[in-house]
Amino acid sequence: MPVNETLSQYSDWSYTTAVAVYVLAMVFFLVEQSFGRKGRQAAARTRERARELVGAGAPADTGTAPPPVEHTGQRPRRDRSERLGRMGVALTVLGVLLHAAALLLRGLATSRVPWGNMYEYIMIVCLITVVTWLVVARKFPVRHLSAFVLLPVVILMFVGGTMLYAVAAPVQPALQSYWLVIHVSAAAASSGVFLVPGVASLLYLVRERHDRDPAAFARFGPRLPAADVLDRIAYRTTVFAFPVFTFGVLCGAVWAEAAWGRFWGWDPKETVAFVAWVVYAAYLHSRATAGWRGRRAAIINIVGFSVTVFNLFFVNLVTTGLHSYAGVS
Amino acid sequence: MITREKQRQPYRATPARRALGFVRNTWRGLTSMRTALILLFLLALAAMPGALLPQRNLNAPKTAEYIAEYGWWGRLLDRLQFFDVYSSVWFSAIYLLLMVSLVGCLLPRSLDYVRSMRARPVLTPRNLARMPHYRRAELPGGADDVLATAKSRLRGWRTSERTEAEGTRTISAERGYLRETGNLVFHFGMLGLIVAFALGKMFSYEGQVIVHADGSQFCNSGIFAYDSFNPGLRVDGTGLNPFCVKVDSFEAEYTDVGQPVSYEADLGYQSGEDLESGTWRPYHLEVNEPLRTAGDRVYLLGHGFAPTFTVTFPDGSVRTQSVQWRPVDQQTLLSEGATKFDPPGVTDTAQRRERQLAITGLFAPTAALQGKVLTSVDPRLTNPAVAVDVLRGDLNSDRSQSIFEVDRSMVDSGRLERVARENLDVGETITLDDGTTVRFDGVRNWVSLQVSHDPTQGWVLGFAVAMLLGLAASLLIKRRRLWIRVAPAAESDGERHTVVEVGGLARTDQAGYGEEFTRIAGDLLSRDRKAR
Repeated sequence: MPVNETLSQYSDWSYTTAVAVYVLAMVFFLVEQSFGRKGRQAAARTRERARELVGAGAPADTGTAPPPVEHTGQRPRRDRSERLGRMGVALTVLGVLLHAAALLLRGLATSRVPWGNMYEYIMIVCLITVVTWLVVARKFPVRHLSAFVLLPVVILMFVGGTMLYAVAAPVQPALQSYWLVIHVSAAAASSGVFLVPGVASLLYLVRERHDRDPAAFARFGPRLPAADVLDRIAYRTTVFAFPVFTFGVLCGAVWAEAAWGRFWGWDPKETVAFVAWVVYAAYLHSRATAGWRGRRAAIINIVGFSVTVFNLFFVNLVTTGLHSYAGVS
Repeated sequence: MITREKQRQPYRATPARRALGFVRNTWRGLTSMRTALILLFLLALAAMPGALLPQRNLNAPKTAEYIAEYGWWGRLLDRLQFFDVYSSVWFSAIYLLLMVSLVGCLLPRSLDYVRSMRARPVLTPRNLARMPHYRRAELPGGADDVLATAKSRLRGWRTSERTEAEGTRTISAERGYLRETGNLVFHFGMLGLIVAFALGKMFSYEGQVIVHADGSQFCNSGIFAYDSFNPGLRVDGTGLNPFCVKVDSFEAEYTDVGQPVSYEADLGYQSGEDLESGTWRPYHLEVNEPLRTAGDRVYLLGHGFAPTFTVTFPDGSVRTQSVQWRPVDQQTLLSEGATKFDPPGVTDTAQRRERQLAITGLFAPTAALQGKVLTSVDPRLTNPAVAVDVLRGDLNSDRSQSIFEVDRSMVDSGRLERVARENLDVGETITLDDGTTVRFDGVRNWVSLQVSHDPTQGWVLGFAVAMLLGLAASLLIKRRRLWIRVAPAAESDGERHTVVEVGGLARTDQAGYGEEFTRIAGDLLSRDRKAR
């Protein structure tokens, strides 16, 4: 299949622009989070609204209208940081569009699904992370934390675009299967979503530390939403991603049976996926175990995400196994 | 009564009781969630070395290399079974303990489940206002109307209507029983999966064999037919499923830059009745498209080249052989190997041992010479050439040896001597000092096939799907309760009014019940119920 170089070039430009737009959005969010007078109020608001929402789908107007609590108190004065936050969201949406365009163009350029090597894989993982975060930020009042999600995304995309970049090309015979569509998209979707609980759990640890000892993170802590909101975000996203991840592993096993002659063979990628699965299973169990809720569960979730990252980088680039499709030479 | 009995016979820690207590405490400890968590961590931790260290069952040569390289550290790791992680004592111990813990957790949970599936929804709490979700309204109409509407609105809920002592009437409703069903299905599915997986390890086998793509055949008749064979613990190599495969042709397609696009082989196969009638059925074998026949699967694992050499001996007799050489570079398919010849017509063993020939060296499908050194620049067969040493002497062929190499010890001891070194294109010939000629005739393709047999993999898949469905149900379905209490209100203007209270409680953490509750309560408490 010939590769359309023009489209591939457009894809690269779109990718670079998306990263730049994310960086800009990140700056806006950081300003909102750090300097905005609203930063602290946003956190306070979060605490009040937490009970109301109880993790449910927010009222449809959350994104555009001010939260209901504000109606009682002072009228929302759109101060500068508030406006910056809104602009940040707008920019993030723009970034997502560019990002999706990059992915789509890459697929069109190579006439296959655009996740056949590590560069493309990281591209789709990051896209899913940002989309997930936008959904989360609609349902929970955590917009001012967006920078903490965009930061790892931008780092990943930078690493992907510079060190792991692969020229648009067809994939090797072993990857030419419809399972590439199913297995890899499930793996990418779950990995992308798993970043969000990872970040939320990290922030949870900060907040929780501050709650126990107000001297710790004295300036940063109060600007974070209440610990239980962060915990709930982590749980809800993990609960969504975990079955998807399981599905991805299951599809991988079915594909492995057709491609390699066995459904499970402790290939490094399979092994680390198994480890990640067990860690996330432990996370879900820990939330039902006295003495393990909260801080320990958050730590387990972070460990789970670390294993996922390890699986992406170390296993693809350092170990030799059957999953050596990084396309990095 | 029990207490009185106890008073009469003070508890004495007899050995039997102590043992019983120990067993009970061990069981309780083992089946507690905390232990399960710790075991899960240990399992994750124990699985990790398998990804970091080479594993014997995946790559035995690399494992040996690693052990040799790291000296005592490598040997220590080997003693501790770090190169066979998944069959090691400690890994098995962890997952067996985890299975015991799982069973211990599942048994009581299943009993609870059966009990709760039979039970009526629980009594309405006295003070509904203290529930996390609560609404109250005064509606026109009698209690019967309100309850009838509520019942129809709560279709799909398990409900139970009760009349309380004060004469107020209530409905208790509960929903989301599938959550626990899913939970149990998931865990039992996992148990089944582990058992099926273990059974598979007992009765499965894998064998690899190289077959020339020129109509050569392979039959699954025993271990001897394979180049390598990995049996399960209970496989002795007899009674393999009979079938035969005939490889007619092989085709590899590449992009302009030499990236592979497809590998395809045309096969004939026969199994079952076809074996007696001799019918060959065609199959187009590709990567990702194994041949499934007689309960086994045949995979196309790789391919390579078999250069053809013709040796003309001084007495005029001619021998031609095509022996597979193995690729040393997967990108360019530069291959190495050894094609071995016995001198014809020599019956005396001692004499034969002096005149055996071996042609060893490199084969390049698209040759490029750097000085005199042969390399390959492309995996396609566009300009085949070989760079060979011709060795003469004793190949030590009584000893089993690799078909890709000569016995180096023979070379080192001087009993196998190099008599020529030459680069050959197709059709070129070397003439040895005794008049023997060696001609490079051309090249054939070979494919490496893998035969896999795993009688339980269908079961594993079934259990895995059950796990996935159970998991989705247990994570996405919410168990929640709803109560309605109706009481007649004080009559004001001749019309009957009813006070309706609705309370809700999500039984699972973070259930996100608020929105649904608001909707249901809104429906129940709206004044124009008829309009709906």
